[in-house]
Amino acid sequence: MTEFSVNDAELEKRFQDRVDDEQKIEPKDWMPEGYRKNLIRQISQHAHSEVIGMQPEGNWISRAPTLRRKMILLAKVQDEGGHGLYLYSAAETLGASREEMVEALHEGRAKYASIFNYPSLTWADIGTIGWLVDGAAIVNQISLQRTSYGPYSRAMIRICKEESFHQRQGYESLIALAHGSAEQKAMAQDALNRWWWPSLMMFGPHDAESAHSGQSMKWKIKRKSNDTLRQDFVDQTVPQADFLGLEIPDPDLKWNEERGHYDFGEIDWEEFQRVISGDGMCNRDRVATHKKAHDDGAWVRDALRAYEAKKANKSEAA
Amino acid sequence: MTTDQTALLQYALGEADDALILGQRLCEWCYHAPYLEEDLALANVSLDFLGRAQNFYQYAAQLDPQQRTADQLAMLRDSREFRNLLIVELPIGDFAFTMARQFLLDCFYVEFMTALQGSADPNMAGIAAKAIKESQYHLRRSHEWLLRLGDGTEESHRRMQIALDQIWGYTMEMFENSPAENELLAEGIAVDRSALKPAWDTRVNTALVEATLSRPEDGWSVRGGRDGIHTEHHGHLLSELQFLQRAYPGLEW
Ligand SMILES: [Fe+2]
Ligand SMILES: [Fe+2]
Repeated sequence: MTEFSVNDAELEKRFQDRVDDEQKIEPKDWMPEGYRKNLIRQISQHAHSEVIGMQPEGNWISRAPTLRRKMILLAKVQDEGGHGLYLYSAAETLGASREEMVEALHEGRAKYASIFNYPSLTWADIGTIGWLVDGAAIVNQISLQRTSYGPYSRAMIRICKEESFHQRQGYESLIALAHGSAEQKAMAQDALNRWWWPSLMMFGPHDAESAHSGQSMKWKIKRKSNDTLRQDFVDQTVPQADFLGLEIPDPDLKWNEERGHYDFGEIDWEEFQRVISGDGMCNRDRVATHKKAHDDGAWVRDALRAYEAKKANKSEAA
Repeated sequence: MTTDQTALLQYALGEADDALILGQRLCEWCYHAPYLEEDLALANVSLDFLGRAQNFYQYAAQLDPQQRTADQLAMLRDSREFRNLLIVELPIGDFAFTMARQFLLDCFYVEFMTALQGSADPNMAGIAAKAIKESQYHLRRSHEWLLRLGDGTEESHRRMQIALDQIWGYTMEMFENSPAENELLAEGIAVDRSALKPAWDTRVNTALVEATLSRPEDGWSVRGGRDGIHTEHHGHLLSELQFLQRAYPGLEW
């Protein structure tokens, strides 16, 4: 063994000891290349999800039914953009640039939460997304507050507070529908029918099939397995659906006294694969819309740079 | 109901409609802006105008002999009943158009809301007191963008100049008092719009010079919003804005 690799192994051991000891890893600390890459992948994917998620929800801002609902929705979509910003910054502390991350999104090399490839069709979808999608995000993000990378952990703590707010607002807007007319109630049920399974898919493949899970758990990037998180989500959400008087579209769903959890049916993994690999209804639109806004804005960003450069020149000359 | 109250209702509705239609236009930028920070900033400005609209509609609702709610006033009147100025209903265009419009309006609102703060009507004055702070912030932003785009690249300069030329004819309407406003002027309730023009001219002219842009000729002007004569864009905006209330009448959301 060369001296270099001995040092490397030693560094890696020290790194793992710190992780095991629940110490946070900070940007300037030594870290294995795999840890860095894994984190950049996960954080940028998370950032893209926040940003792409603005589209299905933003789709209803102009049509929100009341002034209050319009403002709540616009502020919510704005928050999601803000989450995108914190997360891009967290990824930047690992040496990734926002330009590169956005380029990877446009070229299809970076993923985002697959649920945003489903269309938002009615007003009830907005409440349902807040309730289920933000709800699922919270379950995942609460566990990520304890992730080993400091900037990511801190971003999660900040983001989680806002997500809980979103989830309550979404649920509250569904209560209005559930207590409303027969049409409104049907609208809410239809939205639940369409968003339930994609929400369960948000937690990813079963633990046994999850490509990055083992190493991520060891490095404490991930703190709970996909299946555990999914179960947490189902357990917390079923009573909420009951309260709304809505029916979860799963004939196998029932309380298991022995396990102390709900049993639920199997996800359609073929659909999961299909949407993840690009064949969902909106995959192409989502990326194309993002890319178009980016390309259309190029002249504005150029102008901003040119103006800043002129200003800097002037203040130098002065 | 006294004539005064009718005039006051018209006055509050005009301000509400201006704020709502502009807020609705601005939120179209959400996830279409040149970069993420700007998505958020435009959403902020949009939220301010939507909030302002809600305040004015709530006041209008108190004055309304038909006892419509704020939401009913926003969502259930047709285009001919809307009293907004034409400038706010124009489509968002490119980023230069949106910012040029915003700058010209912000210059106006800073003057207008300052004056309205002194209104003899405490409700109008109260809404203005909040709005003035927002408009000062909006103006700092749109002024900065006027400079950046005017004095940025050749392309951005060209786009900004075109935008100004396209909007210019819609600015005159801002300085014309409606019959309701004329009626309320005597009691010190309404702001005399025509009196704001010199201060607006000074602000705009100074900024245009700084941004290396030229002030368009005053030759043409378009008007009609206060009489409910709108551009063809207006009906399409309403069809989106009012869709749910129209498709499912009389429900709570
Ligand atoms: Fe979020
Ligand atoms: Fe959220």
